[in-house]
Amino acid sequence: MTETKITEEEAVPEARRVETDGVPAAQKPNGVAAHTVVERVAELGEKTVGEVRCDNPFIVTENVDVYYGDNHAIQNVTLEIGKSEVIALIGPSGCGKSTYLRCLNRMNDSIESARVTGTITLDRQDIYGSDLDPVALRARVGMVFQKPNPFPKSIYDNVAYGPRIHGLASDRAELDEIVHTSLDRAGLLKEVKDRMDEPGTGLSGGQQQRLCIARTIAVNPEVILMDEPCSALDPIATARIEDLIDELSRDYAIVIVTHSMQQAARVSQRVAYFHLGRLVEVDETNRIFTNPQHKLTEDYITGRIG
Amino acid sequence: MQNLTLILLLAAMAGGAFFMGRRRSFAVVGGLAHSARLHSLPGYYGYFTLIWCLLPALGLFLVWVLVEPKVIVALIIESLPGAQRTMSAGELNLLVNNIQNLAAGDAISGEIDAVMRDAADRYNDYVAASRRMLAALTLGIAGLGGAIALRRIRPEFRARNRVEQVVLYLLIAASSIAILTTVGIVLSVLFEAIRFFREVPLTEFLFGLSWSPQTAIRADQVGSSGSFGAVPLFAGTLLITAIAMVVAVPVGLMTAIYLAEYSSSRVRAVAKPLLEILAGIPTVVYGFFAALTVAPWVRTAGESIGLEVASESALAAGLVMGIMIIPLVSSLSDDAIHAVPTAMRDGALGLGSTRSEAMVRVMLPAALPGIVGGILLAVSRAIGETMIVVMAAGLAANLTANPFEAVTTVTVQIVTLLVGDQEFDSAKTLAAFALGLMLFVVTLCLNVIGLTFVRKYREQYE
Ligand SMILES: Nc1ncnc2c1ncn2[C@@H]1O[C@H](COP(=O)(O)OP(=O)(O)OP(=O)(O)O)[C@@H](O)[C@H]1O
Ligand SMILES: [Mg+2]
Repeated sequence: MTETKITEEEAVPEARRVETDGVPAAQKPNGVAAHTVVERVAELGEKTVGEVRCDNPFIVTENVDVYYGDNHAIQNVTLEIGKSEVIALIGPSGCGKSTYLRCLNRMNDSIESARVTGTITLDRQDIYGSDLDPVALRARVGMVFQKPNPFPKSIYDNVAYGPRIHGLASDRAELDEIVHTSLDRAGLLKEVKDRMDEPGTGLSGGQQQRLCIARTIAVNPEVILMDEPCSALDPIATARIEDLIDELSRDYAIVIVTHSMQQAARVSQRVAYFHLGRLVEVDETNRIFTNPQHKLTEDYITGRIG
Repeated sequence: MQNLTLILLLAAMAGGAFFMGRRRSFAVVGGLAHSARLHSLPGYYGYFTLIWCLLPALGLFLVWVLVEPKVIVALIIESLPGAQRTMSAGELNLLVNNIQNLAAGDAISGEIDAVMRDAADRYNDYVAASRRMLAALTLGIAGLGGAIALRRIRPEFRARNRVEQVVLYLLIAASSIAILTTVGIVLSVLFEAIRFFREVPLTEFLFGLSWSPQTAIRADQVGSSGSFGAVPLFAGTLLITAIAMVVAVPVGLMTAIYLAEYSSSRVRAVAKPLLEILAGIPTVVYGFFAALTVAPWVRTAGESIGLEVASESALAAGLVMGIMIIPLVSSLSDDAIHAVPTAMRDGALGLGSTRSEAMVRVMLPAALPGIVGGILLAVSRAIGETMIVVMAAGLAANLTANPFEAVTTVTVQIVTLLVGDQEFDSAKTLAAFALGLMLFVVTLCLNVIGLTFVRKYREQYE
């Protein structure tokens, strides 16, 4: 009954608590915290460890830098992404994974303060070139977002949206065909085929995310970017999406950002580790998880960097 | 004692009560150091005492001040000699008035006789006695209340709950003021309208096609029984509102789309406040802008292409009203578009939509309920708008769909019915209430529908 009250006795330990926080971090028992940010940056080094090149590259990013105003969010990243491979981007929060991903389909264009330098080519074509239409690019490079974002339209219209704006179907039958195959490939058709006219927002989270994937592949892209596609889903829905990624990787290059080491290990062939805006290490998934070359990568995958 | 002094004394007592209550709370637990044993923070015991001290006393004070004049007048009449007590109510009223004026030392009409002087003296005595009693009682109750509250303070006493209860009632009282006022206005309009419908049948009012409210002032006047068919007025209102919406909806919506999607943040920072200034211009200013600038311009423009245009045309009034409503439409639509999550826009762009495709196919449909709601609110604003139409649309109750003719609206007629010298219970005056009631019902419906839409779309994304 006294919880609503602050007494003078209680006020004192409050003041003391501030002092405990003032104790230097190095004296804390947890060894990781002993490194300051400055030391970490020094550890980074200039060059990416591992193998940034790959056979049969499809997307090539050379010396890419991204600035948000004065914030240098991506620093000198060089990376090749192969045709029909799944590459996972991992790294601590705020290290620039999403920023890098959004460079690949020029979604950073709509952020007023963002500035991208360096070259990025898709199938040997410069995607920041003046003759390239970002709208056409985004049809070739599809994107699935962290939070499922179906349009407030029917399930059918959600999937038909892309084919309609790009004029991929000449008549209704053809559109039906595209919608059905896309839903089927996203593993959603069985669940929704009797309720195509119901709003997409009425589905469960996992179903919504698969709807968004169906919506993306309906446009028939060459690359699919996924920014933490499972972070809002439960383990069962996550497993379904991972199976789906496996399926899709036969036809598409997939770049997936994830915070789950297990997920990266399960779905990807290569892993890229980002840290404070730099690409620290890239290698085959097996190598990264069994024998990381860089100290930072090792610390991260063993859970010593949060 | 003056009432003001009394109030100040009460306030002082209340302040004292607060501190005594607080002190007492410390005392019952045995000092400041043990205040942790109190159920509530010490301040709540202070407020609790203050409330007990102040509220009953204030209540008594208010009742007393309201009842006092009536009681005193009744006493005075009681004490008047028999002759005056048999007077008619009107005469008695005048007499009492004179007595009151005499008592206050003001000039009075008629001559002063001994009876009146006597009554005036007595009146003054009564007032003074009443004041003394009031002061004694109020202060007594305040003290008593405070004392009772002080005695109830115990460590386990839940002062906070009591105080919060009182605060809750205060909040309820405050919010009922607005609601009760509205209800009062509606009821008074309703009763006057019912009186009107006793003289003019409801069917004639609702379906009659001619409006000329000139009734005979003297019984021997000819040909002016008045006709109260409200159809031309509502038709005129509808016509002008429609013109206004034709201007405001496209312009407002396009403004909103530009501001929400295409403008840079610098343009937006300038344009939004400017639009809000447009919304803040008094409607009278729009009114003379309509009458002096737009109406002549419409007339010359119409004549130059061979059209007959009245100098007070529905078109001029509607155009200006439309301009007036643009900010309302644009800012509500802008809000609605902004409320659509950016994830929708990102999703659409990520699928390779152009900005305009994303806007037209995703953002606008998602924002539509909000936009419709905003438009309905704008319509009800247009229907209720008076000043512009008074100045620019004219008074002729023509039943026409031609925007170049003069029409009149419900609000204009209400104004013209009520200005000037009128018998207050003539059909002509009462007609204003009937029109007001109709107008109220129509805008109420529109607002309810509009707000329902707005609410529905808000829920969609929460
Ligand atoms: N729209 C933006 N405007 C300005 N700065 C931004 C914006 N988006 C990201 N940043 C900054 O860029 C840096 C990288 O952010 P980014 O979102 O790419 O990180 P992330 O690796 O995706 O993190 P998380 O794992 O938490 O999603 C951060 O410092 C962030 O503050
Ligand atoms: Mg991210």
